[in-house]
Amino acid sequence: MDCLQQQRASALLSGDEAVAMAAFDAGVTLGTGYPGTPSTEILETFEKLGGRAQWSPNEKVALEVGIGVAFAGARALVTMKHVGLNVAADPLFTVALIRLDGALVVVSADDPGMASSQNEQDNRRYAVAAGVSMLEPSDSQEAYEFTLRAIEISERWQVPVLLRMTTRVCHSKTIVRFDRSGAIAVPPSRPPHFEHDFPSRVMIPAYARPAHRRLRKTLAEIAAWNDEAGPNALVTGSASLGIITSGVAFQYVCEAAPSASVLKLGMTYPLPVKRMHAFAASVERCIVIEEGDPYLVEGARTAGIAVEGKPDSFRFGELNTSRVRRILHGDNSPEPKRAPGKPPALCPGCPHRSVYTALKNLNCIVPGDIGCYSLGVLPPFEAMDTLVCMGAAIGVGLGLRHSLPPEEARRVVSVIGDSTFVHSGITGLVEMIYNPPESGHVVLILDNGTTAMTGMQEHPGTGRTLAHARTGKVIFEDLARSLGVRNVHVIDPTQNPEKFQELIQTCLDTPELSVVIARRDCLLAARSIREYERCNEQQTN
Amino acid sequence: MSSRPTNVVIAGLGGQGVLKSSDILAEVAFSAGVDVKKSELHGMSQRGGSVSSDVRFGERVFSPMVPEGEADFLVVIAPDQIPVNAAVLGQDGILIKPSQIDKSNLPNKKSINVALLGALSRHLPFSVEAWVAALKRNLPEKLHEANLEAFFIGWESTEAKRRTSEQER
Repeated sequence: MDCLQQQRASALLSGDEAVAMAAFDAGVTLGTGYPGTPSTEILETFEKLGGRAQWSPNEKVALEVGIGVAFAGARALVTMKHVGLNVAADPLFTVALIRLDGALVVVSADDPGMASSQNEQDNRRYAVAAGVSMLEPSDSQEAYEFTLRAIEISERWQVPVLLRMTTRVCHSKTIVRFDRSGAIAVPPSRPPHFEHDFPSRVMIPAYARPAHRRLRKTLAEIAAWNDEAGPNALVTGSASLGIITSGVAFQYVCEAAPSASVLKLGMTYPLPVKRMHAFAASVERCIVIEEGDPYLVEGARTAGIAVEGKPDSFRFGELNTSRVRRILHGDNSPEPKRAPGKPPALCPGCPHRSVYTALKNLNCIVPGDIGCYSLGVLPPFEAMDTLVCMGAAIGVGLGLRHSLPPEEARRVVSVIGDSTFVHSGITGLVEMIYNPPESGHVVLILDNGTTAMTGMQEHPGTGRTLAHARTGKVIFEDLARSLGVRNVHVIDPTQNPEKFQELIQTCLDTPELSVVIARRDCLLAARSIREYERCNEQQTN
Repeated sequence: MSSRPTNVVIAGLGGQGVLKSSDILAEVAFSAGVDVKKSELHGMSQRGGSVSSDVRFGERVFSPMVPEGEADFLVVIAPDQIPVNAAVLGQDGILIKPSQIDKSNLPNKKSINVALLGALSRHLPFSVEAWVAALKRNLPEKLHEANLEAFFIGWESTEAKRRTSEQER
């Protein structure tokens, strides 16, 4: 952050910081999102720079708020990790059809290699599936420039734009030279304003049918522009080897094959097919180097361009310079295994520890969820049985209750964190009320007062905004009671572990619906939480 | 500086200041006007597990990660992380480890990461002033004194080690 405050010929920034800075420089009206590694720092930085940023309960809501901003003619930045886009996919696919007035830039921060995720899906597929234009930066310089570009493209063609980043672009720091991006002219934003335009924004079938045709026509125009003037770069080198690449893979290519000719694609949907054709024709051997799915390879081949791809084994995990060398040399020998490091663990004194000790003692079947408490699956606890996606603990727990024999069904406890509960657990609770299992059910909300795993972000259950100021607070016990859960308990699991275990046992023994809120602040966050509360208290007085 | 970048890997456990150390080093290189890239992983990897961060600087840097077997310097804050990271070190690479610091002299034991940066700094072409400035920018003021002292304890340790090895020859 110190770099950010220095004056401004150049700065050493992470990709996330660079996106935030571009958004700030382009006068983005509102940044929304849900925390998720490796995207979290974008909104945090945007807020520190002086931008207006908000955490939403989940990515779907974040995108919907962003859509509203763009409907008002203003500029929106919506950030999430790759799996977050699954949650936001519903609005994404339809907003693609809608003519926007302002700008809508959606950041998808993918995590190839799964440094901190439950899968390594390649969200470039979403651009194709939804018909959303996509830019892929390869370092912080481009993260800055492509964010400006995305706003430019979004407003010029009145479409949403996907800025697809990956872990190594988001979290690597590289130098950004601001003078180099002078050519990208983002005009001053217009004052927000609303005009009725029913056929453009109301996607009933009668209006959506022509909107789909319009989208395909717009994408053809963008493709033509991408061929002519898109943010793609040609590195002229030897004619014997040509490499088509995008994103951070470009960096590995430059290092692994310094003499090759390289076509580096900055806009990867719609693809600049003519440029790719011409490039492939100009070299003897044309190979595509890309991380993750064979997305560019398939795109090239569909367009009738003969290219080599990477062997299947390189579809897994991140690429790096050594792996790119292997691909280029056709080296399929087993790759050296990295020595296993020390796995992460729940912090000493973490309140989740006493929870998992109790669940293990009671031999519970534990559908779990996503957060620090996912670590309950590892020794010494080995007390979490399933992890699918945000919020799944409750639905999966109900499914287990419905189908297991009674002796086993009675041992099922859904475990979900506070932020995850707000994100996707509330609808699970509604399902529990609506379709209760015969044996009842127990939902255990681990409320440590923060979104711990991603680095202590606020959420609607903390009653503080992204910037830690006081705001409306969702009170879980009130919510559960209002939905009709009769047994609602709030307990500190650490203060008296025996009592906590007894409570869980009691809940398991009754064929009723129970919600137990295990409430104790995260050890790492507790001091900051006290400080935020103290500041907010002072401001109220 | 040659066209091949200088490669540094800093490794340790979550909470030991690996990322802070690599931030400081990257900033020193940046302030010296060379190209620099720094890579790290956040999230799951930070709950007390193995953490490493790569810093590369030189005329032109491409990949932000140091390729296996190409690190010129491996700085390890937790001794048990040496075997985990050993493969990254090049043949003539230099290992900088906590045993070369006399911890009893450190005003704050947590500053071991900064002491190791002091040891590393003796091998790198950056001025002491640049290091001091970067340390101050990256740490809260109340920690400046202890960390500057740690930095110079590390700085001295490299000198002492050099003298010893010369005498042995």
